Amino acid sequence: MTSGTIAAQITDYANRADPYPLFAELREQPVRREDDGTYLVSTYYEVRSLANDPRLSNDTSNRPPGYTRVGQPVESGLPPSFIFTDPPVHDRLRDTINRPFGPPHSPRFLDGLRGGLAEVVTELLDAFEGKDQVDIVEDFAYPLPVTAICKVLGVPREDEPRFHGWADALASSLDPQAGEDGQGKAQRARQDMGAYLADLIETKRRRPGPGILSALAPEMTPADLEATAVLLLVAGHETTVNAITNTTLTLLRHPDVLERFQKDPSLAVPLIEEVLRYEPPVQFVPWTTALADIDVADTTIPEGSPVWLMLAAANRDPRRFEDPDRFDPDREDNEHLGFYTGIHYCFGAPLARMELHVAVPELFRRVTFSRLLEDPPPYRANAVLRGPRHLPVAIEGLTA
Amino acid sequence: MRLVVDLNRCQGFAQCVFLAPDVFALHGEEALLFSPRFDEAQRDRVEKAAAACPVQAILVDYSDEATKRVEPHVR
Amino acid sequence: MSADTDVEVLRRQGRIVVVGASLAGLRAAETLREQGFAGSLTMIGDEPYEPYDRPPLSKQALLGRARPEDTALPRRRDIDAEWRLGVAAESLDRDTRQVRLTNGDTVPYDRLLITTGTRARPWFHPEEAALDGVFVLRTRDDSARLHRKLTGGVSRVLVIGAGFTGSEVASACRELGLEVTVAERGPAPLVGALGGVIGAVADRLQRKHGVDLRCGISVTALEGDDMGRLKRAHLSDGSAIEVEVAVVSLGAMRNTEWLAGSGVAAGPRGIACDAGCRVFDVNGIVTDDIYAAGDVARSPHPLFDYQFLALEHWGNAVEQAEIAAHNMICAGPDRRPHLWLPMFWSTQFGVNIKSVGVPPLGDQLVVAQGALDEARFVAVYGYRGRVIAAASFDRAKWLGFYGQQIASGAPFPPEYRAVDRRTETLHPIDPAFPDPHLPTHGPTVTLTGHSPSERRVTFVPSHA
Repeated sequence: MTSGTIAAQITDYANRADPYPLFAELREQPVRREDDGTYLVSTYYEVRSLANDPRLSNDTSNRPPGYTRVGQPVESGLPPSFIFTDPPVHDRLRDTINRPFGPPHSPRFLDGLRGGLAEVVTELLDAFEGKDQVDIVEDFAYPLPVTAICKVLGVPREDEPRFHGWADALASSLDPQAGEDGQGKAQRARQDMGAYLADLIETKRRRPGPGILSALAPEMTPADLEATAVLLLVAGHETTVNAITNTTLTLLRHPDVLERFQKDPSLAVPLIEEVLRYEPPVQFVPWTTALADIDVADTTIPEGSPVWLMLAAANRDPRRFEDPDRFDPDREDNEHLGFYTGIHYCFGAPLARMELHVAVPELFRRVTFSRLLEDPPPYRANAVLRGPRHLPVAIEGLTA
Repeated sequence: MRLVVDLNRCQGFAQCVFLAPDVFALHGEEALLFSPRFDEAQRDRVEKAAAACPVQAILVDYSDEATKRVEPHVR
Repeated sequence: MSADTDVEVLRRQGRIVVVGASLAGLRAAETLREQGFAGSLTMIGDEPYEPYDRPPLSKQALLGRARPEDTALPRRRDIDAEWRLGVAAESLDRDTRQVRLTNGDTVPYDRLLITTGTRARPWFHPEEAALDGVFVLRTRDDSARLHRKLTGGVSRVLVIGAGFTGSEVASACRELGLEVTVAERGPAPLVGALGGVIGAVADRLQRKHGVDLRCGISVTALEGDDMGRLKRAHLSDGSAIEVEVAVVSLGAMRNTEWLAGSGVAAGPRGIACDAGCRVFDVNGIVTDDIYAAGDVARSPHPLFDYQFLALEHWGNAVEQAEIAAHNMICAGPDRRPHLWLPMFWSTQFGVNIKSVGVPPLGDQLVVAQGALDEARFVAVYGYRGRVIAAASFDRAKWLGFYGQQIASGAPFPPEYRAVDRRTETLHPIDPAFPDPHLPTHGPTVTLTGHSPSERRVTFVPSHA
């Protein structure tokens, strides 16, 4: 990315804690061309329209030589996961993977995991006993999603720690500024995890157990299934950590809302949706490409251009959301883009929502918070999957 | 309690089915069927479903305003 | 007194009467209150039920997944209305501004909204229509009766007409494990609404699900036994089939008879109104106190050559009702036009069928995404070189895009690269709509009439 451009500023770590002024600046020109020919789209209606536009591809092999091709197999040996494919391949993969995961065939699969996840939440919060300070990321938000995704896949619990490391390396590779080092780490993680998964899938093929890998093993090629499992781990893990952490951070920054929430736990429903608008766990989607000249907001995006869809900016577009920088759980008609929209709508959104609904009300029911120990907290490097690396908070007590 | 889904808006994201599978169901790949009336036990789940709908297509009400007058002598 | 003062008085203490207490009537009433109408509001409905939702009646209700009596519509807000349910409007007197009810009561109004909708077109032969086992499907009661019959030990059902409702009934019957014969006068199911090319896909869908589909065939007579029960249907090819149930799905008729002699431009094709929902009188002069919305209304649409469109669409009923309500209680410059982009959906045989725009206007068609033989596609209809409509089978997420293409008058055929495009070059073909002069069953859009900008309009009220 060319330095000094607004894209460079957005990916610049110095702006990680609060990128929203940059997003506001970006929205002044809804479709903006960077020096290298990348187009940034930042206003709500334009982002939504492009997310539903069949002339926009998620397959970065459609980019001309010289551009970053996120998600393409270079040396990992795995095919692109479904997020980096277009229909009809995308639809075939996603439909297959959805069979054991969601409706119409398995509408209650995720709901069946709820009880187990609630137990994990209880264990994690029990461990707060006697402490006057915790790190919400390490002690709460991080362990839950990795357990959840392992349950979804059917990974034995004793192997879960290995997934933590792989998830980290892979998630950071989605960052456009990850660089060769980050991409290299990601590829090694992908290969290691691929090797582990290949064994696991083979085991599941012989002796099916719980989880979707067992159900999918007979339906997909091992390579496609590995690629899928890697994607689900990364996307379903890091993003949910951020969602839980962002919710906690946002509530602690808004004591008035927190007080209402503690009196009325049903506020969780609109509150969680509002956090997804206000601090979306995927801030932008930098991997789409125009397949044709696309006219949008008086600009023509030429065929072949990389297009970044700036979800976090669109979610604060005053043309769509009144007083958009206000965190307001009473907001009506909150049709946010926190999970994207169109055919690439977040596959794991229902899992993320379930985790949020299991984790957030219980966290604030049991824990009496005193204050944020660092505000802003330290952030991870990743600008796309943006979220705090740590969220140290002082706590006053824990109820049963 | 009554609900209706604007099926013009609905695009089959099925988030409601995940959250309230006793009230919403997919019929085939993307056609949504819903129970237009649900009971108190489902209320929490339906509220989550309505809030989660990516296209905000679910309308739920809890109004108990009476429909005042049915003509008794006709029919 | 200025017009603005009139509007203020109306908003404070006017009398608004809504004839037709269904989806459009309810949403209009809610909009009136939401926008501050504080006068009296009377809701008149011929059925004894509070407003209910009809689409489930041919889908989940027939499958037993929802009871017809549970389809009452949710309310957006309280409307503080006087309800007159179970009594129909009998006539309209524009001079005294009164609606007369079938029980002899009269209800005076300052503004009248007509949302009387449609009813199922009955079987043409009254005695045959009265046979036990002959059904239509439009109301809650129709659905409850039909569901009882279908689950009461019948083995074979005849569906007459393969429009959307007929096809949905056939789908539900197959799901209930019943033998179904569908007789369709046209060359394919859904042909009136989507044309023969897409109709052929619907045809394969029906046969794949075990429907005994007979196209190009009409039912000539329904025969009963000594007890007045349906036992046989005679078909135009000379054959006959033994059936205990026949569901007549020949489209809808607009409920306008009660307006005969009132002087408003109402007839079998609906009530003509302007884009602001104000009803025309027979002279083509717009009234200012009578409005219409929903299935019964037909109004000119700028996107479609100002043709008068009558849209039997759920979404149209909602939006037109909101526009009508708004316009009823505001002064001229604040009024809004009804510019809804027609949208429609149907669920049958596990497939979600949706359309946007007006497919029957199309003179050409391309499959822009997906493939017809997979029954998962988006077909785009062109009219004189621009995109006029699109229809999808299980590909609803793309329709918003095509809606924008229609609204912006995008060129047809769509010659850009797109995902899921199966051919390098698109070859537009004739969408194969039936000759518009021949009667077809229940297209969901009826194209009628001419622009109000035409100087001379001769209006001949039909006697329905």
